[in-house]
Formats: sequence, structure tokens, C-alpha cells
Amino acid sequence: MAAPSAVLKSEWTKVRTVSSTMWTLAAALVLTAAVGALLSGVMNATFDDLSEAERLTFDPTLVSFFGMMLGQLAMVVFGVLVISTEYSSGMIKTSLAAVPQRATFYVSKVAVATLLALIVGLLTSFLTFFLGQSLLGDHKASIGDENVLRAVIGAGLYMAVIAMFSMGVAAMLRSTVLSLGLLMAFFFLISSILAGVPATRDVARYLPDQAGSRVMQVVPGALNSDETPYGPWGGFGIMCAWTAVALIGGYIVLKKRDA
Amino acid sequence: MIEAQGLTKTYGGKTAVYNLSFTVQPGVITGFVGPNGAGKSTTMRMILGLDEPTGGTVTVGGHPYRRLPNAPRQVGALLDAKAVHGGRSARNHLRCVAQLSGIPQRRVDEVLDVVGLREVAGRRSKGFSLGMGQRLGIAGALLGDPQILLFDEPVNGLDPEGILWIRNLMKKLASEGRTIFVSSHLMSEMAVTADHLIVIGRGQLMADMSVRDFINTHSASYARVRVPDGEQAAREKLSAALTEQGAHVQPEDDGALRVGGMPLPRISDLAHDAGIRLWELSPHEASLEEAYMRMTQGAVDYRSTADHRAGLQQAGPVPPQGYAAPGPGYAPPMGAPGMPPAGPGVPQPGPGVPGMPPPGVQPGYAPPPPQGYAPPPPPAAPQAPAGAAAPAPREGETRR
Repeated sequence: MAAPSAVLKSEWTKVRTVSSTMWTLAAALVLTAAVGALLSGVMNATFDDLSEAERLTFDPTLVSFFGMMLGQLAMVVFGVLVISTEYSSGMIKTSLAAVPQRATFYVSKVAVATLLALIVGLLTSFLTFFLGQSLLGDHKASIGDENVLRAVIGAGLYMAVIAMFSMGVAAMLRSTVLSLGLLMAFFFLISSILAGVPATRDVARYLPDQAGSRVMQVVPGALNSDETPYGPWGGFGIMCAWTAVALIGGYIVLKKRDA
Repeated sequence: MIEAQGLTKTYGGKTAVYNLSFTVQPGVITGFVGPNGAGKSTTMRMILGLDEPTGGTVTVGGHPYRRLPNAPRQVGALLDAKAVHGGRSARNHLRCVAQLSGIPQRRVDEVLDVVGLREVAGRRSKGFSLGMGQRLGIAGALLGDPQILLFDEPVNGLDPEGILWIRNLMKKLASEGRTIFVSSHLMSEMAVTADHLIVIGRGQLMADMSVRDFINTHSASYARVRVPDGEQAAREKLSAALTEQGAHVQPEDDGALRVGGMPLPRISDLAHDAGIRLWELSPHEASLEEAYMRMTQGAVDYRSTADHRAGLQQAGPVPPQGYAAPGPGYAPPMGAPGMPPAGPGVPQPGPGVPGMPPPGVQPGYAPPPPQGYAPPPPPAAPQAPAGAAAPAPREGETRR
């Protein structure tokens, strides 16, 4: 039996030696930070145009994380590619012939990629926060303020969990095109459309990205949005539950189906 | 040692492998042969635990593959030339595989040398040719210095030098006492490589025997006899004399006779008694390829039919009858019996076009002989493959 440490090491080499890893993770960082900085600057300049209610619930921390909307998509690509390229390249045969214990293989792969996503996620969240706050002028928050550190760390965790969720979906679908098509459409369109329509808002609230992003809010009902029925960690928990389901589904597919 | 017991695999409604039982012994090269779609790759994947058998079991060294302790050190496999992430360099690919089984980095460079990819080790495998991909796959199989090696179609895409290299490599590995299981759809390749044969067709076992036994069982040896050119009468006379003594005689296109069922000295004696000089009396053996074709002809999934070009004939102007020159190029290579005319409007020249050189066509393309009767293979074809097939069993014998 291949030792788990050996499999971890091998998965680390795998993820390290393809250029898509670097590109997707760099894109996640740059997009999140740059778009966050841009919107922070815009918000600062147009603060007086905001409605009274919006000004009262202004959440500078959340504003600096507005770029997550785009940055998370790069994380989705990273998560999908880590899994799906095994199938598209045929490497999965080599991998599973070398590690017949599929649970060991799967857990190691997800663990290594998640760790990497978490490191990049935390780096991104702190960078994005300080960059955004520096552009918010008088309206900025400080890292020492109540709940702000939680939101910043939460943003990093959010990115890692998005990547994990994508890995689970990719393990179930086994196809780059299918997985990206589904996840991109879901995160970029479906989720925000459902959240925008009043009739579906109550359901959309429980979607992984909607629930998970609650952890980035410092002010409840920030920017005059509806109060969520769950707290920051509650929302993050809902997202983790989704992710657990996706990962378990991916494992069942890997275990049951022929490689 | 690999043991399969009643191995069966169905995909949906289609049975890929049915009730396959065989044993692959160490110390020899076991060829795994069958037409495309016969279930060779499926069987290999089941051996490696990639596919779960629908029924039956297969064990490697006594264990099902998925429960094999430290599998990569015991079993090496080349399944798919390009089962590699194209964005990764050859060296990094091998490094990933090596780390799984705690193989030191030194070993990566060693196997790169063995397969001759040292100079391109830093390049992304995306740009590799099929042959380089095969070499990389073989390097991966050799990494753990395993006792059991599986190669699925290893010579695909290799140049003649590469084919010779992999053949010698497998022979060397087998002589070290390892178990070598190699699949191919080319019987002629297996004839010079393998010691033992497992033949499958449509997922079922058709033969499990040594190469020598396979030839003896499934093909007949014969003699080629030639009388001096122009002595038509002598030829007729010899033919009659041989037939009278119980030989099976068939004329060949170039004027020689193909004599079966009679030892060479006896033919010589009979010719001498009849006062006939011989220009040629040579022993021949029907090639492995022919025996294989005969055996698997009922089990070929994808069979081609003659191209009648009827669609084209209707669309375009029909050339007047006799206008199209009946050049030798239109002749069916073997002048095979029972072959339909190639197309309307094209006059079919007879099989024995005068002056036509013996076509260098592999017997593999010969239309299958009529069912239930095993005639000698079509004329003019067997020389080349028979010559290629002959050395293998002899080598096999000296080794044993």
C-alpha cells in the first residue's frame, strides 16, 4: 500500500509542475484584489450618493471583497482542473495503477490542492482587505475592529472551500468542459439571478456561495441588504455542508465507476 | 504471475470479456493477441484494478490488484501512450509516479536513460510524438523495477528501431525471471517476441499455448517445388505423381507447386523416380498471422467490405464499358476466390496477370478463406511473413 505521505508528496509534485496551477491561483489573487480595490475607490468617491440606509449599514470590509465575485471563478477553474485533467489526460490510469487505494488517492489530492488554495486564499484576503481599506479614505475599517479579522480570515477560507466544492463537482462529472460549464454558469449567473429575484431570494440564500459569503460581512444586513436567518459562521457552515456533499459524491463516483 | 478465473466484464448490454481464465507465468513473454475490440485492454484494466470485473476474479501475485501491498513496486504497466498530463515535463511526470512508491529521484534519470528520453526530459510531454509517448510510458512502467510488467500495444507508433528495442527489452526482462504480459493485434510481432500466446476474440479465450504449439496446431507446413521454367509437361507429370502418393498439390502463380502433406525427401525421391529435375524444393511454414486470421475470422468486430463505389457511379458520368484500362493496379492482390468484382464498369483482370510481381501485401489483408475448409493460404503471400515467423519458436526452444 502506498504510504499516504508518499501520495501527498506526489500530489504536491503534480500540482506544482503544471502551469495551470500558477495561472489560476495568480488570477484568483489579482482579480479579487484589483476589482476589490477598484470598487473600494469608486465607493469612496460616490459615498455621498448612497441612500441613507446604505450609509448607515456601510460595510467597508465587505466592499473591499467585492472582487471575490470574479476571483472565485478563478478558484473554481483551479479546483476543477486539479481533478479533471487526471481524466482528460488519461493520467488517472497511471495514478490509480500506482495507488489502487482510491480513498488515499482522492483524499491526498483534495488535501494538497485545498491547502494550496487556502494559502493563496488567505494571502489574497489580507492583501485585498488592506488594499481596499487604503482606498476607502475616511470610511475604512481597521483590522482591529470588532469582527473584521473574522471576516478577513473568513474570506480566505471561502476561497479554499469554493475550490474544494469545485473539486467535488469535477470528481463527479469527470470532465473539464462539463464541470466548468456548470460551475461558471452557477456561480456567475444562476446564483446571482436567483438572489436578485425577490421570489427566489429566500431559497438562493442557502446556495453555497450566497451562504458562504455571509462570513465576509461585518455589519449584519450590510448595505441595506436583507438580514440573513443565519450568522456568519452559520452561513459558512451551510457552504461547508454543500462542499461535503459534493466531495462525498465525487468519492462515490471514483470508488464505483471504472477509471 | 497473473491469474484470471472466469473473468467477465459487461458495459451496459455489451459483453467485452466473457469467462476468461488464464495464467501468465514468470520468466517468459506472454503475448495477448486478438483483433481490435476483442477485450485486450479491458482485461488489462481489470488486472490493474482500474475496472471492476462484472464476474470472476483476477489476481496479481496472489492478491487482487487493489489489495496488493505497494503495487507500483510489484507491477509496472504501460496502458496508454499518452496517459500523461501534457503540460508536465517527462521528468516531472516520472517524478510524480516515483514519489508514490518511495522511489528515489536517481531512478527517474536511470529510466530516462533506459528509454532514451534523457535529452528531452525537460520538455513538456504535449509535444512528444507517439513513439516518444510510448517510451515515456515504458519508463513509467520500469520505475519501480517490478517483477510483473504489463504492456498494452507497446509497439504502436514506434519506428523499426524502437520496435527492435522494446522487443529486446522485453526479452531481457523475461530472462531475468519477470512476468511479461504484452498485448498486440499484430500476430507477426508476437511471433518474434512472445514465447507463449493467449488469443482472444470477442472477449473469449480462443487459444492458450506456446507459440510453437500454436503454429503446429493451427497451420500446416508445406513445400514449394519448382521444375525448370518452360517444362510444363514435367510440371503436370510431377503434380500427378505427387497427388497419386497422397500429397495435396496446388499450382502457384509463378509456376511453382505447393505441396502439402508430404515430407521433403519423399518429394525429392518421387521427382527423381519420375526423372524430373527440380529447381526448387523448399520447406515453408504457414505464418502465425495466417493461423491467427483463420482462428479469429469469426470474431472480428470491424470487417471491411469491397468498395463498390455505387454512389459515385450514379453521381458522375459512367465511363463507357471497356474504356477504363484494365491495368494491373486494379487486380485484387491475391486473386482471391469468392471476392466480388471491384465495381461495375471496371473489367476485372484474372488473378494471374502475366508479368505482375508478387504483391507485397501482408496476408493479414487476405480475404478469409471459405468457412469449414482450411485451404492453404492464398498464393504469393506467405513467403515474407513465414520467413519472419520462423525464427521465433527456434529461439524459444534454445532458451528452454
